[in-house]
Amino acid sequence: MKSLSELAAIREQMKDKVAIRTGSGNIRVVVGMATCGISAGARPVLNTFVEEVAAANLTDKVMVTQTGCIGICQYEPVVEVFEDGKEKVTYVKMTPEKAKRVVEEHLKGGKPVSEYLIGNTKL
Amino acid sequence: MKDLSLYVLDIAMNSVRAGAKHIAITLEEDSHAVLTLTIRDDGCGMSQEQVQRLFDPFYTTRKTRSVGLGVPFLQMLARQTGGDVTVVSKSAAEFADHGTVVTAVFHTDHIDFIPLGDLTESILTLIQGSPDVDFVYRHSTPSGSVKMDTAEMRSVLGEDISLGSYEVLAFIREFLHEQHQQIQ
Repeated sequence: MKSLSELAAIREQMKDKVAIRTGSGNIRVVVGMATCGISAGARPVLNTFVEEVAAANLTDKVMVTQTGCIGICQYEPVVEVFEDGKEKVTYVKMTPEKAKRVVEEHLKGGKPVSEYLIGNTKL
Repeated sequence: MKDLSLYVLDIAMNSVRAGAKHIAITLEEDSHAVLTLTIRDDGCGMSQEQVQRLFDPFYTTRKTRSVGLGVPFLQMLARQTGGDVTVVSKSAAEFADHGTVVTAVFHTDHIDFIPLGDLTESILTLIQGSPDVDFVYRHSTPSGSVKMDTAEMRSVLGEDISLGSYEVLAFIREFLHEQHQQIQ
């Protein structure tokens, strides 16, 4: 069984990383987590972003956060990507599979996945 | 919403948005197929008028859309199974010990009850979004119980490391997952 003492080990491992992480995160991935988002499947989308960003070693650069309803409930799950000096990118009708591609091609590769963008999605 | 864990996440989000510092989520299943869900917070609370209007789907305080379905959804589900929802709240304007308690009772042997779903993922989502809030989660069944208190975790981890960091979330996922398996 997992015990809380394992957290002490995690603490030791992470000591050095903490300094590097503060002040980082020039890309912000924001997942809508209001009632509309949650019922459309935002929870696995969010948790996939958290996992895939860590798996791709992007935690220094990318911060995954949550927000409430932004008013386009019919397009949920909605994910917005904010990057310094660039225009906001809005992904709609997201799934965990789409999230993986966004991490790979956009967050890692620097090129937004155009077919998931709000402008290219029919309801 | 397709399972109860999503309702738990949705209702607990209200506590987060109410600025709560402590949120306690409790699920208690007794041996007569009665499940009681309690979400208790020390957030800003609501006036009596707001509490009454909470059950009205066309009432919301938000500006981005004109409906508020969280509590009405929960009430609909509870009533479908022969249970109900009660909300007791003390607003910060009137009370020093402000906060809200949402209690929902379900009959799990009713045909309209839905699966519990993945409670671990809902709790993780809450911690990820609000790593500085103290979450206490308890899920008890006749065969055992799951317990988690993020304040305890934070005291081992120290203040420098966020509960929202991936390594810690991965630990909490395993920690809860193992305990949930024990009571299934």
